[in-house]
Amino acid sequence: MNETLRHVRHVLTENPVTLGAAGLFVFFVLAALLGPSLAPYDPFASDAARALQPPSLRHWFGTDALGRDIFSRVLVATRLDMAIAVSSVILAFAFGTLAGLAAGFLGGATDQAIGRLVDTIMAFPLFVLAMGIVAALGNTVTNIVLATAIINFPLYVRVARAETAQRKSAGFIEAARLSGDGETAILFGQLLPNILPIMMVQASLTMGYAILNAAGLSFIGLGVRPPTPEWGIMVAEGAGLMISGEWWVALFPGLVLMLAVFCFNLLGDALRDIVDPRRRS
Amino acid sequence: MLTLIGRRLAAAIPSVIGVVVVTFVLTRALPGDPAAYFAGPNADAKAIAEIRTALGLDRSLPEQFVRYVGDLLRGDLGQSLSTGRPVLVELASRLPASLELTLLGLVISLAIALPLGILAATRPNSWVDHLCRVIVTLGVSMPTFFTGLVLVYVFYFLLGWSPAPLGRLDAFFSSPPDRTGLYLVDSLLAGDAETFVAAAGQLVLPAATLAIFTLAPLARMTRASMLAVLSADFIRTARASGLSGGTVVFAYAFRNAMLPVVTTLGMVFSFLLGANVLVEKVFAWPGIGSYAIEALIAADYAPIQGFVLTMALLYVVLNLSIDLLYGIIDPRLEPAA
Repeated sequence: MNETLRHVRHVLTENPVTLGAAGLFVFFVLAALLGPSLAPYDPFASDAARALQPPSLRHWFGTDALGRDIFSRVLVATRLDMAIAVSSVILAFAFGTLAGLAAGFLGGATDQAIGRLVDTIMAFPLFVLAMGIVAALGNTVTNIVLATAIINFPLYVRVARAETAQRKSAGFIEAARLSGDGETAILFGQLLPNILPIMMVQASLTMGYAILNAAGLSFIGLGVRPPTPEWGIMVAEGAGLMISGEWWVALFPGLVLMLAVFCFNLLGDALRDIVDPRRRS
Repeated sequence: MLTLIGRRLAAAIPSVIGVVVVTFVLTRALPGDPAAYFAGPNADAKAIAEIRTALGLDRSLPEQFVRYVGDLLRGDLGQSLSTGRPVLVELASRLPASLELTLLGLVISLAIALPLGILAATRPNSWVDHLCRVIVTLGVSMPTFFTGLVLVYVFYFLLGWSPAPLGRLDAFFSSPPDRTGLYLVDSLLAGDAETFVAAAGQLVLPAATLAIFTLAPLARMTRASMLAVLSADFIRTARASGLSGGTVVFAYAFRNAMLPVVTTLGMVFSFLLGANVLVEKVFAWPGIGSYAIEALIAADYAPIQGFVLTMALLYVVLNLSIDLLYGIIDPRLEPAA
């Protein structure tokens, strides 16, 4: 354990970019937890007299077409964006890991069926499939979460299946079997804990993609509805104003969205370095 | 080669079947009663029942599926409720706009990513290598729609270099005579240089937006794969035999390094087709993506299903061409004649 901690410290301090990303991560977590109470203005309060003001000391990120404070809206939106991304990653993680474990461990017909399902999902351009799912199931935030989870599902299954198949006949599994463990006990007591770290890396690597995907869906008008503050929809609200020079309405939510994705991508890389140093790029 | 093509075609059939099954499930998973939906808000119970029979929704699911496949084979994707036109006609008239944009985006992306990856791999830890790393990490984090808007602000509003981001051609120009539907090609065929320049001007920003998004995986893969190949034994042998640096890199290393890159193209196409929808919205591009978005907002389901199906089939075709390209680059895969 001590060894691991030292390694974590090494990875964090060796690369200042990783340390920056870790700091950013803490910032995003705090914003998601405390955002609504930290916001200087009511994110829904419109004020026609103060519409489209450029950034100032009073309104750090300026105001939008309805005179709402963009800084407050961006801050409050953190919770919703993070909640969508985290819940879709959790869903994909749970079902993908289970399906991959089953496919890798049982093989045969189970493996074939799960493989066919994964191939079918991968036969679509993923964002387009997500659009189709949300359109078919109904235009709600829950379905955005579901669609994002479904398009991420194949990645988890593939990794979990490969890692399980590789360990299935390892010595420690034979030992567990000899000591009288049942198949279920081996699956959940031996194999699952062993592939879990790699699956965690996978989760943090796909987190950024989940945020991008959810924001993309709300940018084209799916899921979250105005006036709810959400990064993708805020960029969409500012899109038309970009042509007439009111850059701040779309820029700040877009920039924060980009930072969030960037932060998770860097952390995913760092986590991979900690868990699996051989795969360092 | 023919047997190879035949085998690859056969391998694509399960994908096509999967795609058709999923789109069928998506049509039947509509919220609420589709018959009531298609009958309109003022319909009474009798009218709804008639629509249900007309649409075949009173049959069993397998029967409905057979009917659905039959409609697809006849090219019947249903009618758009908001425009009243057949979905197939609309998709066909808008597809060239999307294809032109997507292909140009891909070409720009390849034209930058391949040299960048090769330079980064042949000069490790130089400024090119660092530039490559920054672009690779930033590129995947940039939301496409945001990149597009920033480009519009800088190149249209601030610098005034590019035309207004409103479609394929400025209102002063008339579209070139329709042969391929690709404005760049059509205007060249018609010998109309002015229209060509105007169409190219409209294309640059959206295509660059797509390119920025897809650049990252391509450059990353090129770099990694070139690095791996350059340290292989046969490269050392080639160098030891006195071949020039350029011959070694391009004739020996490049061709071998392209194999993993071609494999990543599948994922890149998936990104590209998805990002295409967002870029079309930002630049008011009259392609199939913006058609689908308009339909989504109007809750008009037939066009969305037609769109998802078209994109999925396009993706299957693209993946098929990747497989064939793979066979050309790596002749070892060809079955012994």
